[in-house]
Amino acid sequence: MAITFPTTPRRIGYRFNAVGAVALAVILFWAVIALVGPWLTPYPPGEIVDFDYFGPMSAQFWLGTDYLGRDILSRILAGARYTVGISLAAVIIAVTAGVVLGMTAAVIGGWLDTVLSRLLDALNSIPSKLFGLVVVAGLGSSIPVLIGTLAVIYTPGAYRFARALAVNVNTMDFVAVARARGEGTPYLIGQELLPNILGPVLADLGLRFVFIVLLLSGLSFLGLGVQPPNADWGSLVRENIGGLPFGAPAVLMPSLAIASLTISVNLLIDNLPTKIRDRSA
Amino acid sequence: MPNIVEIRDLRVEARTDTGRRVEIIKGVSLDVPDGEILALIGESGSGKTTIALTLMGHTRPGCNIAGGSVRVGTRDMARLSEPERATIRGTEVAYVPQSAAAAFNPAKRLIDQVIEVARIHRLMPMEKARARAVELFRALALPDPETIGQRYPHQVSGGQLQRLSAAMALIGGPKLVIFDEPTTALDVTTQIEVLRAFKSVMSTGGMAGVYVSHDLAVVAQMADRIVVLRGGEVQEEGPTATILDAPAHPYTRELLAAFDPAPHAAVAAAETAPLQPVLEVRNVVAGYGSAGRDGLPAKIAVRDVSCALERGQNLGVIGESGSGKSTLARVIAGLLPAHSGSVRLEGGEMAADLRGRSKDQLRRLQIVFQLADTALNPARSVGDILGRPLTFYHGMKGAARDARVVELLDMVRLPAAMRHRLPGELSGGQKQRVNLARALAAEPSVVLCDEITSALDTVVAQAVIALLKELQRELDLSYVFISHDLSTVRAICDDVMVMLNGEVVERLPADRLQDGATHPYSKLLFASVPKLDPGWLDSLDAAPGVRGETGQHTERPALTPAAAGGL
Repeated sequence: MAITFPTTPRRIGYRFNAVGAVALAVILFWAVIALVGPWLTPYPPGEIVDFDYFGPMSAQFWLGTDYLGRDILSRILAGARYTVGISLAAVIIAVTAGVVLGMTAAVIGGWLDTVLSRLLDALNSIPSKLFGLVVVAGLGSSIPVLIGTLAVIYTPGAYRFARALAVNVNTMDFVAVARARGEGTPYLIGQELLPNILGPVLADLGLRFVFIVLLLSGLSFLGLGVQPPNADWGSLVRENIGGLPFGAPAVLMPSLAIASLTISVNLLIDNLPTKIRDRSA
Repeated sequence: MPNIVEIRDLRVEARTDTGRRVEIIKGVSLDVPDGEILALIGESGSGKTTIALTLMGHTRPGCNIAGGSVRVGTRDMARLSEPERATIRGTEVAYVPQSAAAAFNPAKRLIDQVIEVARIHRLMPMEKARARAVELFRALALPDPETIGQRYPHQVSGGQLQRLSAAMALIGGPKLVIFDEPTTALDVTTQIEVLRAFKSVMSTGGMAGVYVSHDLAVVAQMADRIVVLRGGEVQEEGPTATILDAPAHPYTRELLAAFDPAPHAAVAAAETAPLQPVLEVRNVVAGYGSAGRDGLPAKIAVRDVSCALERGQNLGVIGESGSGKSTLARVIAGLLPAHSGSVRLEGGEMAADLRGRSKDQLRRLQIVFQLADTALNPARSVGDILGRPLTFYHGMKGAARDARVVELLDMVRLPAAMRHRLPGELSGGQKQRVNLARALAAEPSVVLCDEITSALDTVVAQAVIALLKELQRELDLSYVFISHDLSTVRAICDDVMVMLNGEVVERLPADRLQDGATHPYSKLLFASVPKLDPGWLDSLDAAPGVRGETGQHTERPALTPAAAGGL
């Protein structure tokens, strides 16, 4: 099947293959849920609605109930906002900042490159969980703080990756021609470098997104992430882990949600339209 | 005389990414008699290397032999199993690759790599193999044959490395040697040494050879017979002298005509009083690396060079790789700020660093690079590539810009529909035309052409040169034409300057290149250009001066393929 984006009117549009299209559909589905989830929940996600705990799937509770008797479907729908929203926001900030800084360092070089690289290397040397712990302990846990922390943790890696790619493209003659024409740094990074490193950068974005989902779940596990009674998918898995021996849907369903999102992101990037993917130099 | 190689109706197929099958060799038949050298000549894509590789039973990944037979000695290479082929490779058929620098392992001593064939096939005791290698080194006229094997690949020059790779091929005593463009990446002065060494070793050993090349003049020196290929088919076959003197096929005639383009006639001869030079370079010193205590760069590439270019005239800069000619272009363009000296464009002083130059100065001076592959952004369409300078310098937008892009494409003889393509979808010659059109988009007065025809086939290169001349007439351009190829320089330039180790050693008008040179190096350089005459290489032995001086130039360190290409 073909999905066309009206981004470049001159070309026919981007063509996804079947796997890419399915992955894109799953991601879009979760993105929509993240936006409208709270209005779709059959029960208030924080309220105990069942007398039983680890209840099975039923007509009343589609995905069963959790260890306190709360409706899992409602909690997953409400949790999508945290998992998808926080992770997506954090990964986009991290990769955008990393790639822009990396390309700038490659194009300008000299002391700017040295200072930026050493600074971000230093940041990279702090263990991510420890860093999250300190920041959240200092500033308190809120969604903006979480997004900021996760973005800062993953920026140095994105910077390193983008800089390594950009340095190679930067030595090409077409960049020299653009310089000789008198082009400024924004044009060089935006028009000459970025299109040529976009493929690998997008693959990197997918990987980093998965890391962030896992780290967010880890932080929630430590009680530093999303605060009760709200829960992201990672916390849902953790708080219901006791139901695993019974095969309770309370633990399986959030796991499935995480898996469907992370696998879809990677499948989408692996099956990006060749027009985007093959731009890598 | 029996034939050592008989190829009959050979067909090689390639499978494309979409699974389609394309025939790249379409029923080729040819023979190599014992002890003779057969040359395969043609443009890139003509299938010459593919045929040569089938002699070892090898095809490049994605290709396979679809039909016909390749008999070498008594066996048909197309039908042997892979282990059987492996025993024949190196012992009966040997291969000398184009890039010796890429063929040697930089971490191992040369001698160990040269005798590797003998070790793998257990041909002889190692001591005997080493003695034989030294004999070969001597036969190939390598300096210090006893000890050169103890060095590492980076410690010898490009020409020496190419001869060492021949020694590697010959150690197993093959009956057939395949040379795959072995001198294409070498400078002309080095090429002579290598060709001479190959020729004497082949005739002494009485071996048969297949010599793959696109350079007719080189082939004229080496081969007994020539096969002209195009699009996977034999166009013409015959003894070397016949092909050169009495070509029957039109394509062969085209190749021969492209080899010796007509000399350049000055365009602006009718100009009255000598105007101000359009480009003037005075006492430029430039180099790479951080500045030392004396303030000079660590490695000086251009030393005190001055030159001037009159309007409507063309200045040729020639020299070997490492002579500083490309660095000079980068200094003029401002990509590499000069340490000292000045560059004046149409009378106006230009800042050393391009960031200090005005947009108008940048517009009037454009640079065109050698490799169109890397000079065009692979992610942007031809229309975007040509449109950007229009927007940047002239503020053009929308329909006006599109119309101008079509005009530019027409100027370089490309169809208007080409503007929707990506550079990867164009041929080498087309890419170079786009590369040129981008420079023209700025409406410059001076264009720096850095080896722009070096990566192109002879026929294509000649078409680009003809285009340059035509554009000059129409647009009042002046070119600085940097090249190591004398015949192209002669075809387009009015004045020529010869560079050696960053200095200008001689300046002379282009029409006096052949007989007017006085500096020994320029004489050597001009004398080293191969001629179509098959007796040319042998006649050089009569001129001892050439040989003695060549030796001294080959002592430079080995060149990487990129550097040898003149980058």
